[in-house]
Amino acid sequence: MSIKKLGPEELLALDKFSVDEGHPHILVDKALCATCALQVCLVVCPARCYRLKDDQVNFEYAGCLECGTCRVMCTGKGVTSWNYPRATFGVSFRCS
Amino acid sequence: MADEDKFDAIIVGAGPAGSACAYTLAKEGKNVLLLERGNSAGSKNVSGGRLYTYALELLEPDMYKRAPLQRKIVREQIMLLNDGGATTIDYFNPAFGEQVPQSYSVVRAELDEWFAGEVESHGATLASGILVDDLIEENGKIVGIRSGTDEMRADIVVAADGVNSLLGQKAGLFPDAAPNSVGLGVKETIELPDNLISARFGVKDTEGAARVAIGCTDGISGGAFLYTNKGSISLGIVFNLVEAAKQKRQVQDIFQDFKMHPAIQPLIEGGTSVEYGAHLVPELGYSGIPKRLHREGFLVVGDAAKFGINTGLIIRGMDLAIVSGLAAAQAILKSTSPSQTGELYMKQLETLLLTANQRAYENFHNIFEISRIFNVYPKLANEAMQFLFTVDGKTPKPMISGMLGVVKKNATFGQLASDGWKAFRSL
Repeated sequence: MSIKKLGPEELLALDKFSVDEGHPHILVDKALCATCALQVCLVVCPARCYRLKDDQVNFEYAGCLECGTCRVMCTGKGVTSWNYPRATFGVSFRCS
Repeated sequence: MADEDKFDAIIVGAGPAGSACAYTLAKEGKNVLLLERGNSAGSKNVSGGRLYTYALELLEPDMYKRAPLQRKIVREQIMLLNDGGATTIDYFNPAFGEQVPQSYSVVRAELDEWFAGEVESHGATLASGILVDDLIEENGKIVGIRSGTDEMRADIVVAADGVNSLLGQKAGLFPDAAPNSVGLGVKETIELPDNLISARFGVKDTEGAARVAIGCTDGISGGAFLYTNKGSISLGIVFNLVEAAKQKRQVQDIFQDFKMHPAIQPLIEGGTSVEYGAHLVPELGYSGIPKRLHREGFLVVGDAAKFGINTGLIIRGMDLAIVSGLAAAQAILKSTSPSQTGELYMKQLETLLLTANQRAYENFHNIFEISRIFNVYPKLANEAMQFLFTVDGKTPKPMISGMLGVVKKNATFGQLASDGWKAFRSL
């Protein structure tokens, strides 16, 4: 193997996730995000869970690393609820 | 019996702080419940990571010998990067590895699982895969926790629930973290054969190097780290979030560029990326510690209490977590009435010198407001090196004017003076 630049999907593919289908642990109000001028979530979320899709902030909780950055940094109040995933779900680190 | 299901203590979070607290209490015969939201202890945790050994020694002499530690750190390295070059200071001190070695690189999934196992071996109950949703409050006191429909009660609840500490917030002790109070750490774990690690970093197989680097964050306040483990390397960056939010590049991209920097990539070449993690870290040191870390029936320890020291060279969290967990346990053991436990905890933090350690670096984080540290000065250092080492057959510039030229190209003397003054005031 050689070391190369990894894209967002490749980075998350390294990790073990158990996705709690139908139960997002973070709730995002897209209407509020649409009025947010800064949308800092796009650059600071280390898992790139927040991305622009048709000029709208789109949130995917499946690859969330549970760090809390979006909750702390959200300026537009779009993150309306932030919790850890229910027990046994979410990311499981084998190293770190 | 009404008290059948009641514990002496419930510890929420089986990281170093929670396990140190639970270990000490269980060893003294207390009926302890240690709760962990991950499927196993450590499975939700990310750190650089290096553990300063004195903390484990404080908990129990020789305990570190049983711990799954990685390499003892005998090389401390500082790297100043710019686009093309790197200046590295390498401090080798074999004494750091003698007797009780000063510090070890660690891998948290292994370390935390071992630690929680130690707690269990002293008779505590470890329950993994349990997310605590809320606290139970009665007559103004915390008397237990809720998880789903389950209620569990104890004389005291210790929140070791990490930097986000939702429990500390629920207890009303402090508000949510402010953007300037935490940094974002991202990290890749790269597997690499031990013989390659030892050769590339100039260490024996049980020894290791710890490296910090600046000049690789696109000018954002922050820095990179590299730790050598057994069979792997931990590589990452910690970003100041306020500054990261002001620019347009995704933090992942900045990190990946750092990984591929011509002075970094050869260190990990041939390796295999096996994990990517991210975590918040307390950034403000002493001034970031909440004023209130306790109320009746409730104590806050470790990252949850925002204990942390970052001088740019020394990055500490896990040791302080262990010491605070120990302080909490000692307070609980000493206390003769629930109303005095909190104050005893604050006193134990002083007795065990955690408070003094935090205070010694009280203003240190102000240094990181000097923005030129993160781009201009590393570039200046590399250009100075370039001037000193260049031989091209042309008439060399006189040393003084050549060096002054490098300095002037990068910063004015006014800037140097004001940055120097600010640095001096912070130390």
